Amino acid sequence: MKVTLEHLTKRFPNRNKKIKEDVIAVNDFTFEIPDGKLIGLLGPSGCGKSTTLNMISGLEKPTSGKVFFGDDDVTGLPPENRGVGLVFQNYALYPHLTVRQNILFPLQNLKGKDKLSKEVMEEKALEAAKLVQIDAYMDRKPGELSGGQQQRVAIARALVKMPRVLLLDEPLSNLDARLRLQTREEIRRIQIETGITTIFVTHDQEEAMSISDMIVVMKDGIFQQMGKPQDVYDKPVNLFVAKFLGTPAINVFNGEIKDGKLYIGDDAILDVNLENQQVWAAIRPEGFVVSDNGALKCTLKQVEVMGRDTSVISLNDNLDGISVRSIIPSDTTINPVNGIVSFNIKPYKIHLFSKETEERLEF
Amino acid sequence: MNYNKYKGWLYLLPAILFLGLFMVYPLVDVVVYSFEEGYNFASQSFSGTGLYNFSYVLHDPYFMQAVKNTFIIVIITVPLSTGIALLISLGLNSIKPLKDFLQTVYFLPYVTNTLAVGLVFMILFKKTAYSDGLINALINMFGHDSIDFIEGPYWAKMFVICFYTIWIVMPFKILILTSALAGVRQDYYNAAKVDGTSKFRTFYKITLPMISPMIFYLVITGFIGAFKAYSDEVAIFGTNLNAAGMNTIVGYVYDMLYGNSGGYPSYASAASLILFAIVFTITVINLMVSKKNVQY
Repeated sequence: MKVTLEHLTKRFPNRNKKIKEDVIAVNDFTFEIPDGKLIGLLGPSGCGKSTTLNMISGLEKPTSGKVFFGDDDVTGLPPENRGVGLVFQNYALYPHLTVRQNILFPLQNLKGKDKLSKEVMEEKALEAAKLVQIDAYMDRKPGELSGGQQQRVAIARALVKMPRVLLLDEPLSNLDARLRLQTREEIRRIQIETGITTIFVTHDQEEAMSISDMIVVMKDGIFQQMGKPQDVYDKPVNLFVAKFLGTPAINVFNGEIKDGKLYIGDDAILDVNLENQQVWAAIRPEGFVVSDNGALKCTLKQVEVMGRDTSVISLNDNLDGISVRSIIPSDTTINPVNGIVSFNIKPYKIHLFSKETEERLEF
Repeated sequence: MNYNKYKGWLYLLPAILFLGLFMVYPLVDVVVYSFEEGYNFASQSFSGTGLYNFSYVLHDPYFMQAVKNTFIIVIITVPLSTGIALLISLGLNSIKPLKDFLQTVYFLPYVTNTLAVGLVFMILFKKTAYSDGLINALINMFGHDSIDFIEGPYWAKMFVICFYTIWIVMPFKILILTSALAGVRQDYYNAAKVDGTSKFRTFYKITLPMISPMIFYLVITGFIGAFKAYSDEVAIFGTNLNAAGMNTIVGYVYDMLYGNSGGYPSYASAASLILFAIVFTITVINLMVSKKNVQY
């Protein structure tokens, strides 16, 4: 099921009653989520991700704009008529019911011509439980399960009605690091097996990039960029997206374009086809190549050996930050001259942004 | 090093002394009194030991009346007050404007003096030379004759005392239940909403089980409280409860000790032991039922 958002906006009255102006949680969202894909809705805390999700589920009414499932306008529909499955951040499993009863719960709500017989319900519940591999624990209470198992039950409960769209709100944030890795693969597997269009909210960029077909980056309720994870990483549309994606974070320098060359301080880094102006030059950590006659000169501070590769931490006066972090292959030898290490920069790992608008500059 | 072993006991000593003196000793004494026949306070003497006190109390029509009254009050007021409190709490929980104001209003009876409330009920229900009371004025409006609620028929008096009891225990129950309801996370309701759960099913399958520990707490304490009812009856019917036919078990115990017909600590002890047995049995049953139904 294709999901389309059209000029979706949500305003809340300000908590501080003295301020008349509304808080805009989601501002004029327009994008289309293709059928059968896994989409990561990504942004820092408080950027309106969950509000967007709640508007898609119907729990929250948009101030303006429309939501479409396929060609149906579902904006006015209550959640139960939209055919969505929702997994909550803290699972919201009913603690007094067993796993089986929890999974059966949505089915037992069906009325009229949709009403199912007991046997069919049992069968469907078991099927959903098997899909998430929780069928061995059907008669336990949620309190007797681990966090990861509870998460599976929550997914099974959301899936048992075969929703048109599956929504996951921060599905992994309550799990420990190891379980998080495992569960995110699990979510991916379940999504592929069922083929249900799935939207999940996260603030963890690594999580979003690793399993999503596409990611949507938001900031302060404003849509920033949508695309395949690698495309967004390789071509961030603005400085925020560039900074938000990638660990370690991108290195942002004060740069200047003079006579067709990019300068960081006095170092000419590369040739660019742009007018003279001040720019932000953002370089991915993996874009640095140690070279004796490299263009960018930095003061070596520390070398961290991490086995697979080496992290070089150095200082540069023009950096917008504390230290330059670059990642180089572990077999590279570093020969600092008077404490200065020189780098060449891979051209496709450097992104230029206008100082005024922070928008991407193609060069 | 042996010294340390006794240090703990030293710290406990004041509490043990006080509890022993003012709780354990009287409790044991009550049991002893109840088996001593014809005990006399003044001479500290008794004529014999046996079960006569229990037999006397159980054959005393006043005591049987008190037991009957107490049971009627318990059976009517505990479920009704809990049920109504639950309805009011659900209402309070679902409104936004005036919520704080209404919560305060509902809590007012809790901080009001029992006797002051009794006075208000007198004005509402009592027949005097000048007026038949506010409630009778209402009854007259519907074309009925006045009813004497304070000195009239048994059921009318029972109605007043039950009404009063429910009203007086309500604030505490509302307080407990509204906070229990507020403690149910919104996520559960959202999950139910997304799954298309009807309002009734949401209440029956989610809200009620979630707050069931609190409901059972209220029922158990409600039973115990209602079995020990006494001051409410005095507030409305005065101290001569036997004459009014409105005595309770605790009232009977008091009368046996200090009332006009008083001076019989043995009978009083026997009656209070019987009350203890009743409350104990009911509480054990309550706990057994709640263990079966409160599942988490």
